[in-house]
Amino acid sequence: MMAADRISISEFVSLRSGGKRINSADALTYLYLTLGTVLMFGPVLWLVASSFKTQAGLVKYPPPLLPYQQVQVEVEGFDEALPLFTVTMEDGSSRELAQIRRVGIEARMIDPEDPAAGETKVNIRQREPVEEVKLAWENYLDPLVELENFDFVTYLKNSVLVTTVATVITLVINSMAAFALSKYQFKGRDAIFVLFISTLMIPITVILVPVFLVITTIGWKNNLWGVIIPGAATPTGIFLLRQYMLTIPDELLDAARIDGASEWHIYWRIILPLARPALAVLAIFSVMWRWNDFLWPLIVLSQNDLFTLQVGLNAFQGELQIQWHYVLAMTVVTLLPITLVFAFLQRFITTGIATTGMK
Amino acid sequence: MGGSGRKPLRLLNLLEPITRPLLLIPVTVVDRILTPIQKRVGIDKMGYFFVLPNLLIFGIFVLFPMLLNFYYAMTGGTKLFPQDRPFVGLENFATLFDCEDFLSPNSCQEDLFWRGISNTIQFVVLQVSGIVFFSLVTALVLNRKIVARGFFRSVFFYPVLLSPVVVALIWKWVLQHEGVLNAIVEIFGGESKRWLLDTNWAMFWVVFVSVWALMGFYTLILLAGLQSIPPELYEASSIDGANHWQDFRFVTLPLLMPTMFVVLVLSLIRAVQMFDHIFVLTGGGPGTRTQLMVQYIYTTGFSNQIQLFGLSAAASMVLGISLLVLTLLQLRLGNQSSLA
Repeated sequence: MMAADRISISEFVSLRSGGKRINSADALTYLYLTLGTVLMFGPVLWLVASSFKTQAGLVKYPPPLLPYQQVQVEVEGFDEALPLFTVTMEDGSSRELAQIRRVGIEARMIDPEDPAAGETKVNIRQREPVEEVKLAWENYLDPLVELENFDFVTYLKNSVLVTTVATVITLVINSMAAFALSKYQFKGRDAIFVLFISTLMIPITVILVPVFLVITTIGWKNNLWGVIIPGAATPTGIFLLRQYMLTIPDELLDAARIDGASEWHIYWRIILPLARPALAVLAIFSVMWRWNDFLWPLIVLSQNDLFTLQVGLNAFQGELQIQWHYVLAMTVVTLLPITLVFAFLQRFITTGIATTGMK
Repeated sequence: MGGSGRKPLRLLNLLEPITRPLLLIPVTVVDRILTPIQKRVGIDKMGYFFVLPNLLIFGIFVLFPMLLNFYYAMTGGTKLFPQDRPFVGLENFATLFDCEDFLSPNSCQEDLFWRGISNTIQFVVLQVSGIVFFSLVTALVLNRKIVARGFFRSVFFYPVLLSPVVVALIWKWVLQHEGVLNAIVEIFGGESKRWLLDTNWAMFWVVFVSVWALMGFYTLILLAGLQSIPPELYEASSIDGANHWQDFRFVTLPLLMPTMFVVLVLSLIRAVQMFDHIFVLTGGGPGTRTQLMVQYIYTTGFSNQIQLFGLSAAASMVLGISLLVLTLLQLRLGNQSSLA
């Protein structure tokens, strides 16, 4: 037993797996991967499945896997659709009846096939709801229209605005600075570079109060600019872009100068196009940072109509009575863009992180 | 980076007919303004111009606040503007460190601060060891010859991209009293619990959720480290008759050490600053069981009725110093390991 364990562990940590037949190390590997997949994807799938359940469906315990809803039928002579039940009759047979109204423990029901036959009185213990798998799209649609204390569309708009504007600004100023720091000789250049990079490990959490003062002084409290600008000069971006621009040969620049190109032209027409791969990596990072940003927007924005999605979602889930059916649906919507970005640019992101060691 | 960069950019190329004319105007205007300046100052001084926008924002929103933070930490009162704040010297620090016994937070004047520190230490130790262990195992597994490696790599990486608020809500839903976890626990004969309100379990789940959310990032770094180990070394060791365990012990592990070190330091630095996930998941509760340092800074300065900016700034300096120590430690040890 001991020996067997030892072999599987030692093979497990090795690069080489055994021959064609499945050995214990392979079995262990796939067991780990299966469990890992369930653990990593399971909760997300559970969120998505739950987000399609009705409010009534969400309180069922133990929770059913799929979103079920009671079947509603149109019955002649009634304006609204009636809920359908399976009723066990006195003689032991069972029929499907629609409920008109319930009084105490008695339900007045009617046969939807034959409404002319009149009402039947049934003890509520003798009826079971007829259910079908049905997606509660209203969880997604209601917040789009109007929901008290949760103006989803505004939050979404704010988040999109912050993310795109901040990313564009970051790309422009970071690439300009990286260009200066990699291609020019001027006094103080290295000092400036060290200054930028030394703040890599200093997060905004360390300087919350004074940055808040600066924002307030400028008048950017409760203003989206107050969220956008302070984090725009990222040291990560400078570092990433500078390292990349160092690999662009200086001769290219000199040749352009001989042709009469201005420095701005060189930046715009030569450096930026050549630095595209690095710019793309930074763009993806920036979108992720900004879309997911939480603490700083939470501090700057106290006005409901300025909330970003993350702040709005947090406020909405913090209410006394959590309206889970909406919270879950809006959480799905919030993770959707990032999931799409991931699906399309996956290889890009993973190589970007692997090469820079940053996120 | 170079080759893989092409494909996703095709979309941008499609947009170019729209973006190009839009950009042309500002770009030409800037060029008009800059060309005479360039003629006067010369080419190399143009570097100042290019670095200026970034430097301005950096100066106003990072450098200046860093210096101002010292001043805040030495002033009292509840007013935000520095001119309204009385200078109190080191009083804020004295308040923070006013403790009969540093090992028991209850004996301190600012008991929440010390509870925050003690929770942070606990959290950091548990979370970092969890991250290092699971990302190493996962990287080793993903580095084996397996089918659908790309798929499995994405599976473990996917949660990294999710926002902390989303991650916390996903797990809050799973862990709630009428949630799916309790249903599963009951199937196996266990007892359902209010996981996040249970003093013994809340810290576990906070650590678990953050490991779940972040380990994929470190797995990726370790995987890159594993793949950079030259295969010839394994060939050589197999010629020497090494078994799998010896391969791991004498080839993989030593060569992976620098990467492991990066993972350790990065995860440490981020663990010390943990806030978002926990704030949404437990709000620091039950009681103050999962309240960490950053939450103390946030609560003291911003979310309490009485906003004690000075105390908040002083506490954030304590946090800053811990981060500085960790960073210096990294530089120091990092240099040593690259020398060895």
